[in-house]
Amino acid sequence: MTQAEIILQAEDIHKSFGSFEVLKGISLEARNHDVISILGSSGSGKSTLLRCLNFLEIPTSGKVSVHGQQIQVKNGKPGNPRQIEGLRTRLGMVFQQFNLWTHRTALENVMEGPIQVKRESRSEARDKAEALLARVGLADRMHMYPTQLSGGQQQRVAIARALAMEPDAILFDEPTSALDPELVGEVLKVMQDLAAEGRTMIVVTHEMGFAREVSSEVIFLHQGRIAEQGPPDEIFTHPRNEVFERFIANTR
Amino acid sequence: MFELFAFGDTGWGDEILRGLAVTVQLAIVTLPLGLALGFVVASASMSKLRALRFMGVGYTTVMRGLPEILTLFVVYNGVGLLLNIVMQKLNPEAPPSDFSPFAAGVIALGMVVGAFAAEVLRGAFQSLDRGQIEAGRAVGMTEGQIFRRIKLPQVWRFALPGLGNLWINMLKDTALVSVIALDDLMRMTKVAVGVTKKPFTFYLAACLLYWAMCVFSEVVLARMERHASRGVRRAS
Ligand SMILES: Nc1ncnc2c1ncn2[C@@H]1O[C@H](COP(=O)(O)OP(=O)(O)O)[C@@H](O)[C@H]1O
Ligand SMILES: [Mg+2]
Repeated sequence: MTQAEIILQAEDIHKSFGSFEVLKGISLEARNHDVISILGSSGSGKSTLLRCLNFLEIPTSGKVSVHGQQIQVKNGKPGNPRQIEGLRTRLGMVFQQFNLWTHRTALENVMEGPIQVKRESRSEARDKAEALLARVGLADRMHMYPTQLSGGQQQRVAIARALAMEPDAILFDEPTSALDPELVGEVLKVMQDLAAEGRTMIVVTHEMGFAREVSSEVIFLHQGRIAEQGPPDEIFTHPRNEVFERFIANTR
Repeated sequence: MFELFAFGDTGWGDEILRGLAVTVQLAIVTLPLGLALGFVVASASMSKLRALRFMGVGYTTVMRGLPEILTLFVVYNGVGLLLNIVMQKLNPEAPPSDFSPFAAGVIALGMVVGAFAAEVLRGAFQSLDRGQIEAGRAVGMTEGQIFRRIKLPQVWRFALPGLGNLWINMLKDTALVSVIALDDLMRMTKVAVGVTKKPFTFYLAACLLYWAMCVFSEVVLARMERHASRGVRRAS
């Protein structure tokens, strides 16, 4: 089997807040169509790692490349802002708290990036946004403002907003953790569909079902390092790392 | 009664209307200057640089501690004096000129509005949701785009009620400018009272005019607020 091309590569990412080192040298690689789940207990650095990948957090040191375009950081100094903005347009991000723009409708939220960043025409952006919102099941909610939508609907708008940029990969930071239990399913369903159509995704999650069944690879973070890594059917049945073994025992 | 307000030489109607026009002009010219100053001062007081922060916070603290009328005197006399000194240096022949009371009023009121607007704007900037700003970064927007497309509309929404109050206060504070002999509504009213000895009639007329301006402003502001906060649940 030929290996799919590498979409995103992170090398030796370190991140400290003050004297506290949250990430102690993390490397990962996402190939085309990979769905990587990042697991770990609260405070293990999952969000920080994800945010270092698109430079919402500037790593203390390390290298991130997306489709070969790379940004290297030394001593917490990033390259030029244009480079970072360029990398971000290639990586979508979906946040735990949705972070929709409250002064814009669902449709406007989805159109904003393509118009402002990719300089698409309004009509082109609108057609695409309407199609994407229909895809996530919100055709009848397009003209509503975020506060008029449920959490699950807001998160689906946020996913459409990320998709509208036609990113090479999408980062998800606990996309279902802020949702009422009965709304989790509708968001997971959308993510599952994205995985099925071959989107490259990196997902921080506590949804063990998603990690086991949807992802192609699981990374377990512990104390700022990768403690376990591998295909889910392998590492869930034969965990090598003790902490990970206890972690899955606790979440069953 | 009505002949008191007649237009022309016999009545005070035209004088009072002209006063009203001056008052409105003063307020309308002051507003953008005050807002611009407010933006500058607010940015300074939120700056990463200590010196700028110190200046921004210092400015608001000083201005808020001064009675408006004192600011007005300082501007009118102080700036007037300064202007004359400069003019004398440039052209020793020039006769000493009076600093226009209108300009003094605009500057003094603008400085006051600027200080209060800075506080309103700073509060609004600080209540911006960090997550929404990060969402802008995450799609690759530049800091400039984030400012224009995300921060500004939301700051506007948060600041509008406070700025509206400032506008209404300023509209009334314009009356202070009558003490430096600007022929505004207040001063024309006083002159009319002095001549006709009918204080009740003319002060009542002035009250009604100030009040009408405020009511009109409130109606417009309410519409603007409704528009600015579309899609947002009323926090009441
Ligand atoms: N901006 C920050 N400043 C200081 N400490 C932070 C900051 N962000 C995260 N941390 C700390 O880094 C650690 C990892 O946080 P995070 O990446 O959010 O963990 P997780 O997402 O796995 O729960 C935590 O101890 C957290 O308190
Ligand atoms: Mg987290």
